[in-house]
Amino acid sequence: MTPQLAVFFVLAAIAVLGAASLILQKHPIHSALSLIVVMVALAGLYLLLGAEFVAAVQIIVYGGAIMVLFIFVIMLLNAGVEEHTSISKMAGPPGLLLTVALAGFIAASLVRSTSTVQSTMQSGQIASTRDLSSMLFKDFVYPFELTSFLILVAVLGAIVLAHRERN
Amino acid sequence: MIPFLQANAELIITVVKIALLMFIVLTVNAYLTWFERKVVAHMQSRWGPHRVGPHGLLQPLADGVKFLFKEDPTPAGVDKFTYYLAPLLALALALTSIALIPFGPDPILLFGHKIYLGIVSPDINIGILGLFAITALGVYGVALAGWSSNSKYSLLGGLRSSAQMISYELALTMSVVGVLLLAGSFNLKDIINAQFNPRHPGLGILGWNIFPQILGFICFFIAAVAETNRVPFDLPEAESELVAGFHTEYASFKFAMFFIAEYTSMITVSALCSILFFGGWLSPFPASWTFTHYLPSLILIPAGLWVIWDGIHYETIFGKIILPGLGTAFVAIGAVLLALPVVNLYIQGPFWLLSKIFVFLFVYVWMRGTLPRFRYDQLMAFGWKFLLPVSIANVIITAFAILMWGAK
Repeated sequence: MTPQLAVFFVLAAIAVLGAASLILQKHPIHSALSLIVVMVALAGLYLLLGAEFVAAVQIIVYGGAIMVLFIFVIMLLNAGVEEHTSISKMAGPPGLLLTVALAGFIAASLVRSTSTVQSTMQSGQIASTRDLSSMLFKDFVYPFELTSFLILVAVLGAIVLAHRERN
Repeated sequence: MIPFLQANAELIITVVKIALLMFIVLTVNAYLTWFERKVVAHMQSRWGPHRVGPHGLLQPLADGVKFLFKEDPTPAGVDKFTYYLAPLLALALALTSIALIPFGPDPILLFGHKIYLGIVSPDINIGILGLFAITALGVYGVALAGWSSNSKYSLLGGLRSSAQMISYELALTMSVVGVLLLAGSFNLKDIINAQFNPRHPGLGILGWNIFPQILGFICFFIAAVAETNRVPFDLPEAESELVAGFHTEYASFKFAMFFIAEYTSMITVSALCSILFFGGWLSPFPASWTFTHYLPSLILIPAGLWVIWDGIHYETIFGKIILPGLGTAFVAIGAVLLALPVVNLYIQGPFWLLSKIFVFLFVYVWMRGTLPRFRYDQLMAFGWKFLLPVSIANVIITAFAILMWGAK
C-alpha cells in the first residue's frame, strides 16, 4: 500500500463517516458541522489527485462561505432538535432502498471504468490553475456562463420572494 | 541513534520548527498584549501596566499564570461537544495559518538539509489560497462558541461574527486579485519576487505592489481587520452591548485560547499585508545601497544602549538587573551582526519582513486607540456598498492595465 493510498482511505473514511453523521445527528448545527467535515475531507481528496486549486476553492467556497451561511441561518432561526412526525419516519425504508440502489449504480459505473479511475489516481501530476482556467473559459465557456446565469436567476428569485414578504 | 536521525531528518526538522514557531508566536502574542496596553495607555495619557516587573514587562507572564489557574466553570445547558470544540478550533486554525507564512527567502543549510524560515517551504503553488482557506474556516470558532454557550449575548455575538465574515470575505478575496494578476501566481514567493524588477534593481520601494494596487490594499486591509474582529469591527464582542459577545461564557484557559487566536490572526494579517503589498522580505532601498545592510545593527545597538541607560536609573533593584541585561543582549546581537557579514546578509530578508509586520501591528493598536466602533447597519452597508464594488473596480482596472501595458 503506497502512502497515497493510505491517505486516500483515511480521507475517504472521514468523508463517509461525516456524511453518515450528517444524517444521523439530531441537531441541525451538528449536522452542519458534519457537512463541513465532509467538505474538508473532499478537499483533501482533491489535493491527493493533484488538483490544488480545486481543493483550496472547495474549502474557501463550500467549507467557508456556504457553510457559514448554513450555520448563520440555523443560528438565526434558533432551530432546535429535529422533530420526527409519523410521515417523516415512514420515509426511512424507501430512503434506505434508494441509497442501496444509488451505491450499486455508482459501484457498477466504477467497475466499468476502472482504468480511468486508476490512471487519475496514479498520474501524480499537479494541474496548474492556468490550464484549469483556460479549459473553463475556452472549452467549457457555454456551460460555465449558463451556470452563472442560473445562479443570477436564483439570486433574483430570492430577492423577489423576500420583497414580496416585506410588502 | 545517528542512522535513525538521518532517516527521519525531514520529520525531526519539521517537528522542531513547529515547536520553535509555537514558542515564538505565543511569546510574541503575550508581549503584543503588553505592547497594545502600553501604546493605548500612552495615547490616552495613562501609564498602562507598570507594576509587575520593570515597565510592566512581566505582566504577560502574570496574565498567563492567571489564565491557567482561574476556575473554569462550564455553564448549565451548553452544548458540551461544540462548547469545547470552539476555542480549540479557533486556536488551531489561527496557528495553522501562521505556519504557511514564509519568513525569509533563503534556506539555512544544516548537515546538508535545507531549512526554510517558516514551517513549509515558501514555494507552495497555492500559498495564498491555502491561507484564505484556513482563515475562511476560522469563523467557526467564533460562531460555534456563540451558539453553544446557551446565552443570548453569546448567540448575538456569534451571529454578528458570521454575518460580518460572509460580508467581508468577498471583498477580502477580490481585493487580492489585482496582486495575483500582477504576479501571475498564487505562490507567495512569486508574489514577492514580482515586486522586484531585476532590470531596474534601483527601484526599491517604488517597485512594491502598494503603488499600482493602492485601492486593493485599502480594501484588503479594511476587510482583513473586519475578519480578525478587531476595532472598529469588533461588533461580535462589543462590550457595551453584548457583555463580551461570543466569549461571554468562557473562562480561564478557554478564554485565553480565543485571545491567543485573535492576536495570532493579527500577526498573520500583518504578514499578509507586508507580503502582498509591501514587498515582503524585500528592502525598501535600491539593491546597490549595500550600506543599508548595517541598519539592523544601527537600530539594535542604540536601542540596547538606551535600555541599559534606562535600567541603571530604574527605581527597583529588579529593574536595575533585568533592563541592563536586556539591553546588553540587544547590543550583543547588534555587534554579532556587525562582526559576521554572512549572518548579517542572511537576516536582511527576515529583518525587513518582521519590521513591516511590526508596523502593521502598531497600526492595529493605533486604530484601537483611535476609532469608535461601527454600528451594525453601517458595517453591512460599508461592506456591501463600498468595499465590494471598489475591489471589483480595482480588479477590472488592473486587468485592463495589464492588457494594455503588460504585467511589468
